[in-house]
Amino acid sequence: MNETTTGDPTAPKVRTHNRAATFWSDRLFRAAAVACASVVVLLVLFFAYELWRSSELSIRTFGWRFWISRDWDPVRERFGALPFIWGTLVTSVAALIIAVPLSLGTAIFIAEVAPRWLRQPVSFVVELLAAIPSVVYGLWGVFVMVPWLREHVQVPLSQRFGHIPLFAGPAFGVSMMAAILVLSVMIIPYITAVSREVILAVPQAQREASYGLGATKWETIRRVVLRYARVGILGAIILGYGRAVGETMAVTMVIGNRPEITTSLLQPGYTLASVIANEFTEATSPLYLSSLTELGLLLFIITLVINALARLLVWQVSRGEVQR
Amino acid sequence: MIRLSRTHEWWRRVLNVLALTLTGVCALLVMAPVFIILIYLVTNGIRSVNLEFLTSLPKPPGEPGGGLANAIVGSFYMVGLALVLSLPIGVGAGVYLAEFGQSRYAHLIRFVADVLNGMPSIVIGVSVWALLVVPMRTFSALAGGVALAFIMIPMITRTTEEMVRAVPNALREASLGLGATYARTMWSVVLPAARGGIVTGVMLALARVFGEAAPLLFTALGNRFWNLYLDRPMASLPTQIYEYAKSPYEDWHRQAWAAALLLIVVVLILNIVARVSTRERFRALR
Repeated sequence: MNETTTGDPTAPKVRTHNRAATFWSDRLFRAAAVACASVVVLLVLFFAYELWRSSELSIRTFGWRFWISRDWDPVRERFGALPFIWGTLVTSVAALIIAVPLSLGTAIFIAEVAPRWLRQPVSFVVELLAAIPSVVYGLWGVFVMVPWLREHVQVPLSQRFGHIPLFAGPAFGVSMMAAILVLSVMIIPYITAVSREVILAVPQAQREASYGLGATKWETIRRVVLRYARVGILGAIILGYGRAVGETMAVTMVIGNRPEITTSLLQPGYTLASVIANEFTEATSPLYLSSLTELGLLLFIITLVINALARLLVWQVSRGEVQR
Repeated sequence: MIRLSRTHEWWRRVLNVLALTLTGVCALLVMAPVFIILIYLVTNGIRSVNLEFLTSLPKPPGEPGGGLANAIVGSFYMVGLALVLSLPIGVGAGVYLAEFGQSRYAHLIRFVADVLNGMPSIVIGVSVWALLVVPMRTFSALAGGVALAFIMIPMITRTTEEMVRAVPNALREASLGLGATYARTMWSVVLPAARGGIVTGVMLALARVFGEAAPLLFTALGNRFWNLYLDRPMASLPTQIYEYAKSPYEDWHRQAWAAALLLIVVVLILNIVARVSTRERFRALR
């Protein structure tokens, strides 16, 4: 922190001098605070600029075709983003489908159902889920979950339902399915924590009115609490979605890293984040590197939009601007 | 009045019990992975956390033995660097938001800080690569530390804001009433009062970046040897876990588990201490 030494309070000085010192130290203090705060905004601009600058070559070479091309051929230097957009979309949406009901159930349990003494410990354990580093999830995923999945889930699935495109192909273990499962576990704590906050923010009078009309606890939760909190819960879900889109290490370790568009959950895939993590240090040519950074730029834009949207929704609720 | 049938009443009660039980089942399912992962980490990692692992350098690929001393030191080194870089900026920004936080600019900063908190760390890694690694022509501990600092700044900003805001106004007024300047009031009264909370927030931010591998992959890169220079590549625990897990060597897998156990112990300690101390603080405020 910045502070001037001129305003030493132990040494009495002439009054006018003190005033001047007050003026300057306060001004300086405020200026320092503003400067620090501005760094936060500059950071975003800086990320955008650096990503744009480094991907310029790729943008100039491929133009819009980059987004819709499904080639990813480092040898012939032909790059397209579609396999990664597809992989990111499938894994994140599927993870959301698994995570949302579980998270909402848990949030309701913590906020409405659990006895008071149980709330803190349950919240704490769920928050620990968010504290476990991504790379640790990946390690556990690749050595414990993936072999188990292949033996007990994927092999039976492909034998019995192999004719359905969703489960076609041989059981690899490392697959979209593995990535989806790990992702859903990883985003649950975020959706749960924000939903819980939003549910707790529902005024008690709403619940009492519902009980007064003879509703059961579940009816009150479903028809009153969830309804009142729905915008905030939507915000929580979008926030979780943003996490799922950007999650890198764990996904890279279990998804199998193959740049193909597949409809089968048993096949390996690739996501925007995982291709950057996996290939960046191996990329030798400038165009290859530039294409990877353009994928980073895309990821930046997507998560920027998602997070901005989620924040606006959650803020509206917590400020009480949405009255329903 | 609508007369409800007895079966309908009965059904409503059953549904109530069923649904509420189901939320409990959800909570159990959600909590299960924490314990499962912790159990696997302990059972697989504990055998390999020994003196050799903690004090020696990695052996060449395929050779059993060796340790991750350089990665352990590297992790603390870069996280420490990130702390030094991010703490003044994060606290300064947080103080600005708490004290002058009603302007439109302040709302923008708050918004951007929240958006940054959700930014994938790999994107931050790529940006810092473009900023530092390309011009310096080498991967470096400095780049790794800067990337981690960029992740910490918005986190520290938001927790500092909350904590400074929670300091009662009476303290500020008392200090100003005694003739202290505003800057002196902040420095000697408000910030010390908020210090405990700020430390908690910083610890949570440290816990997060301590486990980050994605922003270090192509900023600090990793290193098989000792390095304490800012401008050379440096090893860290998370990137080492990633490398070892990908490798085909049994012994490296064993060490990856040990490193993960070490990582989780540090992260858990930071989290638990942070949370226990916040709880006591909030109790004191009540």
